[in-house]
Amino acid sequence: MQYLPNLFFALALIFGIGFFVMNVRKLIRNINLGKDIDRSDNKSQRWKNMAMIALGQSKMIKRPFAGFLHIVVYVGFVIINIEVLEIIIDGLFGTHRVFQPILGNNLYAFLIGTFEILAALVFVSVIIFWLRRNLANIKRFLSKEMKGWPKNDGNFILYFEMVLMSLFIIMNATDIPFQEAGIGNPISQFVAPWFSDFSTETIHTIEKTAWWIHILGILVFLNYLYYSKHLHILLAFPNTFYANINPKGQFDNLESVTNEVKLMMDPSADPYAAPAEGAEETVPEKFGASDVTDLNWVQLMNSYTCTECGRCTSSCPANLTGKELSPRNIMMKTRDRLEEVGNNIDANGGSFKDDGKQLLNDYITPEELWACTSCNACVEECPIGIDPLSIITDMRRYLVMEESAAPQELNMMMTNIENNGAPWQYNQQDRLNWKDEE
Amino acid sequence: MNVPTMAEMMAQGKQPEVLFWVGAAGSYDDRAKKISRAFVKILHQANVDFAVLGAEESSTGDAAKRAGNEFLFQMQAMMNIEVLNGYEVKTIVTCDPHSFNTLKNEYPSLGGKYKVYHHTQFIKKLIDEGKLTVDDTNLKGKRLTYHDPCYLGRANEVYESPRDLIRRLGVNLTEMKRSKATALCCGAGGAQMFKEPEKGDKDINVLRTEDALETKPQIIATGCPYCNTMMTDGIKFKEKESQVKVQDIAELIAEANNL
Ligand code: SF4
Ligand code: SF4
Repeated sequence: MQYLPNLFFALALIFGIGFFVMNVRKLIRNINLGKDIDRSDNKSQRWKNMAMIALGQSKMIKRPFAGFLHIVVYVGFVIINIEVLEIIIDGLFGTHRVFQPILGNNLYAFLIGTFEILAALVFVSVIIFWLRRNLANIKRFLSKEMKGWPKNDGNFILYFEMVLMSLFIIMNATDIPFQEAGIGNPISQFVAPWFSDFSTETIHTIEKTAWWIHILGILVFLNYLYYSKHLHILLAFPNTFYANINPKGQFDNLESVTNEVKLMMDPSADPYAAPAEGAEETVPEKFGASDVTDLNWVQLMNSYTCTECGRCTSSCPANLTGKELSPRNIMMKTRDRLEEVGNNIDANGGSFKDDGKQLLNDYITPEELWACTSCNACVEECPIGIDPLSIITDMRRYLVMEESAAPQELNMMMTNIENNGAPWQYNQQDRLNWKDEE
Repeated sequence: MNVPTMAEMMAQGKQPEVLFWVGAAGSYDDRAKKISRAFVKILHQANVDFAVLGAEESSTGDAAKRAGNEFLFQMQAMMNIEVLNGYEVKTIVTCDPHSFNTLKNEYPSLGGKYKVYHHTQFIKKLIDEGKLTVDDTNLKGKRLTYHDPCYLGRANEVYESPRDLIRRLGVNLTEMKRSKATALCCGAGGAQMFKEPEKGDKDINVLRTEDALETKPQIIATGCPYCNTMMTDGIKFKEKESQVKVQDIAELIAEANNL
């Protein structure tokens, strides 16, 4: 009988972690639905970016208030997880505070004391976050894409953290020997008296209960990640590592187009010639992107990493002047569609069954795409290296090259470039007239 | 005005040090042509050995590429590269951040590898090499704010060379609340210059002009012909033409030096 809790704990652990691993595999599968893109260059620069941007949060502090609070929650959350290790060992082996004798009273007191202070700081920060999100009228939290699930998701995690942090403190406060030892309890010592009217028995039950809810809560939290924007806790790291490190103005030159243009411009090329032995078949490729599977895996990973913070949208000139475009929404819709495609594949035994939908039109409209000035403000702002502009560009490419569906004025501009070598209708012979005008 | 072409140079068996890439705006747009002329005056003053392509220059394809027409872009690029490589061009300078970005970043993988300068970088280099000085008395004390062009600033992280030149003018430089990496677009980029904006509650150039007007400037300086048009239109919209001038940094230097 006395092994029952340990057994139950082990089962909870296996189930919780197993479910998480299953979802992570689905996540990786979905990201790999994207096209290949080589981001294996410049390893040292990439490690540095990851250390600075994901670990060091260098871009978060561009907005100091939110940045500071975020760092508190982040540090608190990461460090408190050391405590979770102790919880797991205690749970599996029925021990109690197994690290205390190993680390010695002083070190243990220092560690747990630090955790308690962090827990309190996290608690306060999370409350401020909640107030900002719900009462402070900050525009980027009120946009239309933030209704419903995205709004609730943001709040759920805050409630989660409040509860988890409270449980941690309560757990310590009701641990009578721990309180009596009077070490490492800088916060919980003030909470302990709240329970002094209860019987020892009851206090002990509260402690056990808090302990159980705490660890089960963590397992639930872990599995909540996949369904939430809080996936960024994990994906921020690979996302900053694989982010674009070229100059922001440099758009990729589509290789498939290069091949065709070269053929067109080379008078000696035989357009009907069979491709050289071993050469890859380049023709069936579609130009640009109309669905998530036309995007590359970095763009798809971006969509899972987006925290929906809206920093991009709040700096987007198109959005600021009331246009439909919101770079955050581009990322959110890409993820929604990718999830839909993933579920479709799961439901159809591993292969995608045409559902008559695509990212273009069903999720993202041409009106949004054409409003972008390609100014890169969104890319600059994103605290975790997401590039909404690359998706916008790839979708414009599809509209222009596959559908010839550019706005009329742009078609005129392009015709002019083709015929006159300038976006306006001037004669190329007049290019140098300016030198004699004054 | 003496503006030699590469073809003329070649006929005389000469190879100029730099090619001035004028760009479509600088060639045809009435306002931008003044920028081209101001820059040429500076080149003359500093005795720079330069030439232009003239009728052999064609659109870089930037606007087509941002609009999504990769075919047209690459055709333009390859034609231009053929011409540039034919003349064995090594160094290019341009007053247009869009040409600058495309030539510098997007041409190399198509076979066009050049050293590319924006004119603010190039003028700064001339000053650093002692070939040019800027008279800081003519514009002394004027209130000036600088609008960062997206394709020079964020796209290529050139924030300092334009500011360095501005400081040499002896003017009173004030920064807008959104500047450098956080600067707001003028609204022309990404081929927006050539079409009506999507529906919204304001035009981007008006919002950006409001940013500038908050600093109470006498001059709005910029380093891009498209930004220049956008900000000029914004000033007209706000009916401030009599108080505020929009000028390119090359024009300001030419003015300071009485060119
Ligand atoms: S690049 Fe496009 S989407 Fe991004 S901020 Fe600029 S206009 Fe908005
Ligand atoms: S793309 Fe980046 S800046 Fe925009 S909402 Fe997502 S995380 Fe925030």
